[in-house]
Amino acid sequence: MDTLIQAVPLNWYLFLSSFLFCIGVMGVLFRRNAIVILMCIELMLNSVNLLLVAFSSYSGNSDGQIFVFFIMVVAAAEVAVGLALLVSIYRNTGSTDIDFLNKLKW
Amino acid sequence: MDQLLFLSVSALTVISALVVVLSKNPMYSVLSLIFCFFTIAGHYILLHAQFLAITHIIVYAGAIMVLFLFVVMLLNLNKDSDQPKVGKLRVAATISAGMLFVTLLASLKSTRLGEFTLPAPSDIGLVEHIGIRLFTDYLLPFEISSILFLSAMIGAVVLAKKDKN
Amino acid sequence: MTDKHKTVEESLDQIRTTTFLGLLIPLLPLLGFLVNGFLGKYLPKSVIGWIGSLSVLGSFICTLILFRQAGPTDAIQIDLFSWIALGSIDISFGLTIDALTLIMLMVVTGIGFLIHLYSIGYMHADEGFTRFFVYLNLFIFFMLLLVMGSNLLMMFIGWEGVGLCSYLLIGFWFKNPSYNDAAQKAFVMNRIGDLGFLLGMFFILFHFGTLDFSTIEQMAPSLVADNGLLIAITMLLFIGATGKSAQIPLYTWLPDAMAGPTPVSALIHAATMVTAGIYMIVRTNVLFAMAPFTLAVILWIGVATSVVAAIIGLKQNDIKKVLAYSTVSQLGLMFAALGLGAFSSGIFHLVTHAFFKALLFLGAGSVIHALHGQQDIRWMGGLKKLIPITYITFIIASLAISGFPLLSGFFSKDEILAHAFQQNLPVWIILSLSSLLTAFYMFRLVYLTFFNDFRGTEETRSHIHESPWTMTVPLIILCVLSVLGGLMGLPVVFHANHWLNTWLADVTAPAAAILHQGHHISHTMEVILMSVAGIGAILSILYARHVYLTRRSVPESDEAMSGWGKVIYQKFYVDELYDRWIVAPAFKLAEWLGNVFDKHVVDRVVTLTAGFLDASGRTLRVFQSGNTGSYVFAMVLGIVVLFIIRLLI
Repeated sequence: MDTLIQAVPLNWYLFLSSFLFCIGVMGVLFRRNAIVILMCIELMLNSVNLLLVAFSSYSGNSDGQIFVFFIMVVAAAEVAVGLALLVSIYRNTGSTDIDFLNKLKW
Repeated sequence: MDQLLFLSVSALTVISALVVVLSKNPMYSVLSLIFCFFTIAGHYILLHAQFLAITHIIVYAGAIMVLFLFVVMLLNLNKDSDQPKVGKLRVAATISAGMLFVTLLASLKSTRLGEFTLPAPSDIGLVEHIGIRLFTDYLLPFEISSILFLSAMIGAVVLAKKDKN
Repeated sequence: MTDKHKTVEESLDQIRTTTFLGLLIPLLPLLGFLVNGFLGKYLPKSVIGWIGSLSVLGSFICTLILFRQAGPTDAIQIDLFSWIALGSIDISFGLTIDALTLIMLMVVTGIGFLIHLYSIGYMHADEGFTRFFVYLNLFIFFMLLLVMGSNLLMMFIGWEGVGLCSYLLIGFWFKNPSYNDAAQKAFVMNRIGDLGFLLGMFFILFHFGTLDFSTIEQMAPSLVADNGLLIAITMLLFIGATGKSAQIPLYTWLPDAMAGPTPVSALIHAATMVTAGIYMIVRTNVLFAMAPFTLAVILWIGVATSVVAAIIGLKQNDIKKVLAYSTVSQLGLMFAALGLGAFSSGIFHLVTHAFFKALLFLGAGSVIHALHGQQDIRWMGGLKKLIPITYITFIIASLAISGFPLLSGFFSKDEILAHAFQQNLPVWIILSLSSLLTAFYMFRLVYLTFFNDFRGTEETRSHIHESPWTMTVPLIILCVLSVLGGLMGLPVVFHANHWLNTWLADVTAPAAAILHQGHHISHTMEVILMSVAGIGAILSILYARHVYLTRRSVPESDEAMSGWGKVIYQKFYVDELYDRWIVAPAFKLAEWLGNVFDKHVVDRVVTLTAGFLDASGRTLRVFQSGNTGSYVFAMVLGIVVLFIIRLLI
């Protein structure tokens, strides 16, 4: 199997991650529910992760994988804080709809 | 065979990602996102990044997504409550995402990355190698990330705490 | 080996001590200024006065110690730190103490101390007592910086600082609007001069790449003499000097500056600050020596100032105004000396003038003090018996300034006249005339003030009393100096070395090397000149005696004046001319700028700018909806645009 998989070109991973990333972007633009938007952001992060791992494996250098490790760390922290924010917003406004979050102006 | 394997896994990834975005029920989004993460873990295994594949499943599927599930259920959002944006905006969103994809592809076209092939499996993706690197070259960021976690934890607790008044 | 080591150690010690003392000189008055300035309101008056005086006395003692150690060629260089370092320009915050500086330091700190002491008595009843001493100490500090600075910029700090203190002290009694006007006039006129100084400094920096006196001195002789640049530099510096030292055309501020308390007139407007211009020119003598054109200008401006001020002095009735015009006249004499290339003679007269003019002012202060503020000599007279110490010292000072034989002013004035006789006969004639006038108006003042009967009210007369010891002791000391001051420059005729010339030889050497003065006039001629000057002075004094003592004539009142007398009394209407031709147009211009230009151009530009910003703000505000979703949209579109740009390039 190992010998067979070598036939996958690196390009394909590029296309796949770009596509995943764009799906994430579309979701962010598309949805109004803040939780789903957060999930889309996770999706985008993962597309980048995938690309990093692909580059790392293809070049035989483990730095990329360590970066991915740290991105996971940051993502976990981000989700924890983001969800906490959402919970507190929900408590205050009774909704997680970002269209209600239009106070970002003076 | 190899390409077939890649393509089928990729197809699952893309489909589940689309479901995440398009489903009206946040619950379905969460579940399909979990599935999507599993397929990404599959990609990691195909790329000989075994340690990351396992970590990925533990962190994302095991921790992050569970957190999402909890929040969705806690806030009682598991119904079709999410009204997608109005038609014009949906079209605009799809078009801009599509434009982004096209421009991305266009800028990637000029690269010659297709000539690269995956080298024979080595031990760089194994826990031993990653561990050694983490505790030698990347010791400081590793330790600092623990502080990040601590502050995130405190932040989350403070933010989610109920106001006394 | 050990001996050698020891001597090295000793000389290092020596350097450390002198550096310490050199730094102490300006720092002590600064300390006095800070202590009195910040803690003054918690201290009793007597303590404040003594803090101010003793800090200056400390500086004087430091100067004396340095003076005893130093030889005429020694120069103590104290570089505190590099102040401005820009490319090849490096201006250090440095002090230099050489022969010339030591002379100036002794004058400033010595006379400064005496005047501080005098002020304790003179100002004791004034409500601004603390403020007065604070300003005085600050003035001394800046004056010390001025004379000690090792480069032009350091000198300029002091130059501006003394200008500021002069402004503050002229307007010391700020409740009187005309005093404030006088202060402003002094300040503005000084600013005109300062601009010249500043421009001259820029030219020097541009041309020499340094402002350091010693470097300029080394570099200058290699230049072509009398080229345009040198003339520009020296003329600009001289404009600075005319402002500070009250020469034509910028002299009118000095008589008005008499609005300040009398000790201030003595210290700032007679003995020290107004001589800063002379000091500056002597300090940069090499540049001036290389520009004969400028020297000629200085000579004639000095001569003209000397005689014009002396003529005006003939008719003034305010005791301080007479002294002020006499100061302007004497300063003109010093500038004439500089113009003749007799730099050390200029300094000689500066020092003796500082002695007797400070004494005259302090004496006048004592008179005013006794008469409770009366300054008009028409209301004085007969004070000789009532305030004897003031009378004796005042008359000796008057004799000294008039050039009475063997007093200090006689020698210093005679030296300048001798230089004039040797180089330029018309100048000699005019300067001699001016010194005859000096003798006349000084004794006019003396006879009107101290002789005959008292012309004031009976009530004032009953209160006349001699001043306290803090005021009379400075008078006596200055009197001794006025008598003996000539000893430092005894001419060769008296079989003595001219000590001051020898002492300053190193400082004036660069100029002397360039100017190649001709042979000195013969000793016989010198004696003849001296006799002529001395006899002239005595005759002039006798004429004043005849007019004001024997004939008992008193100057007519303001209304009764007519003809030339009135023109002279009104100072040739110079102030009015300046008002009419310079001040009034300037006001007109300012008015036009304020009413027309400001309203229709400046305001409109401002309003347009504000309107534009307001309109663009309103437009941009639409995009700032506050909706998070639209922000994300904008972000994605921005990314797309970036990618497209990247693709296109």
